[in-house]
Amino acid sequence: MSHPQPNDSTAIAIENCRSDFPVLQQEINGQPLVFLDSAASAQQPTTVIDAVAEYQRHDHANVHRGVHTLSHRATDAYEGARDKIQAFIHAASRREIVLTSGTTESINLVAQSYCRPRLGPGNKILISHLEHHSNIVPWQLVCEQTGAELVVTPMDDVGQLDLEAFKQLLSTEVQIVSIGHVSNALGTINPIKDIIAQAHAQNIPVLIDGAQGVPHLPIDVQDLGCDFYAFSAHKMFGPTGVGVLYGRESLLEDMPPYQGGGDMILEVSFEGTTYNDLPHKFEAGTPNISGVVGMGAAIDYLQSIGVSRIAQYEHDLLEYLAQQLASVDGIRLIGTAANKASVQSFLLDDIHPHDLGTILDHQGIAIRTGHHCAMPVMDYFGISGTARASLALYNNVDDVDRLVAGLDKAKQIFA
Amino acid sequence: MNAVDINGRDELRELYRELILDHARSPRHFGKLADATHTAEGINPLCGDKLRLYLRLDDQEKIDAASFEGSGCAISVASASVMIDTVIGLDLSLALEYFRAVTGRMTNPGQDHGDNLDLGKIMAFDGVREFPSRIKCATLAWHALNCAIHNQRTPASTE
Repeated sequence: MSHPQPNDSTAIAIENCRSDFPVLQQEINGQPLVFLDSAASAQQPTTVIDAVAEYQRHDHANVHRGVHTLSHRATDAYEGARDKIQAFIHAASRREIVLTSGTTESINLVAQSYCRPRLGPGNKILISHLEHHSNIVPWQLVCEQTGAELVVTPMDDVGQLDLEAFKQLLSTEVQIVSIGHVSNALGTINPIKDIIAQAHAQNIPVLIDGAQGVPHLPIDVQDLGCDFYAFSAHKMFGPTGVGVLYGRESLLEDMPPYQGGGDMILEVSFEGTTYNDLPHKFEAGTPNISGVVGMGAAIDYLQSIGVSRIAQYEHDLLEYLAQQLASVDGIRLIGTAANKASVQSFLLDDIHPHDLGTILDHQGIAIRTGHHCAMPVMDYFGISGTARASLALYNNVDDVDRLVAGLDKAKQIFA
Repeated sequence: MNAVDINGRDELRELYRELILDHARSPRHFGKLADATHTAEGINPLCGDKLRLYLRLDDQEKIDAASFEGSGCAISVASASVMIDTVIGLDLSLALEYFRAVTGRMTNPGQDHGDNLDLGKIMAFDGVREFPSRIKCATLAWHALNCAIHNQRTPASTE
């Protein structure tokens, strides 16, 4: 994929963003922090931190419950964030935005509420070899419960899905396809629009695990055509413990509640309960109100810069990262798909990733090491784990240079 | 904690001492022990380190042979290698005394641990105490030893 070079004003504007993130303004082990672990959890800008604090300080009460002023304010803040999320991913209706505790709960919700009643022996669920454990285990659970079978689309040596094999695996037995938008371990951007179109041609619904997609790529769920899209606030500069399940309204309408409790009901008696309307039917109990407010602020922040500009900036920086790493003697890049976002996994000589992580941390550089909750991907490459650098809009060329210099120190120690 | 502290001591070099690097590069007693009487698995779920420890006990409950296999970081591999060097020839109760001394030194360094024992090469791991996230790497093999001696069926875990 060829990309135009960003003009200077774009690059400078994004590089200025670094000062919006207070956590980055510190030294770790005597060195300015280089944070290259945003794929695990991204840092929060001041606007998000302040929005959460302001809500707690002035507006907090339970939502959808009281007639008093604070309850109205809290409800407005919570529902206002839902509207921002709807606009951000271009959903047709706010009824399609279910607020959850994160991507993991969103996927479990679909597995238990959409799939479980429909599945039985002979049915299949189609995922891929690239998936994060949270897009594997919920399906294994529902397979155990129903006798359905989990089927896996294979990948190749650079970390791309085998689309020919995918086509072959699509059959009338498949009840749902669930594929990650961007691989957290390798950074591969999957061709989800194509995947969705092929599944829909056989009337198979598709869930996209967008945890690593939303922070790096503009999302339009109607253009993609997906039936479900799951993502988390904390990967996109918002708080932890909050996420979204986008679901096509006609599908959500037919699904039974996932959990029972307050707020998801219209009327309760001991004879029976009438469930609330969408999306509240799926939001039992008091939600993470301040977290949702923070997620709304994170969306405001992303939109103030522009997700397309962020994508372009990160794309160029990822190319620089891959080039610089490739120039290090003894490096092995893991995951070299043509179309990637944010992430570069690697190994250096025969140094264990955990040792690399400690040596880099000692120089103020934070990377992720290990299996990245994607053990099948590690098994494919015959390794126990990788070192992984992941980029966000606040990273820059200096961060990459510090990483490469940090690897030199590891080579010296293990020479 | 600075990269090089005020005494000019490089904490990374303290962690990755030559003895540790040597045992990590060329682990002793590596491989399966065909006639093992005791075995246990050690797993560090955080980083995916995994090893299997084999012990062979003689009639007097003395460890007369031991080995390990698996993969892990330099600290965990070196620790397994040094541990086996240490415990071969010991009876079980003394091996357990070493287990308690090593894990005690790592987690409660202020107190006395194993003052009556010849810790020898084990002291090379003292630098790990400055790196809390790596203590589990240094103690994984020792936890597997404890499990093997007690014939526990579930793997030793650092969690």
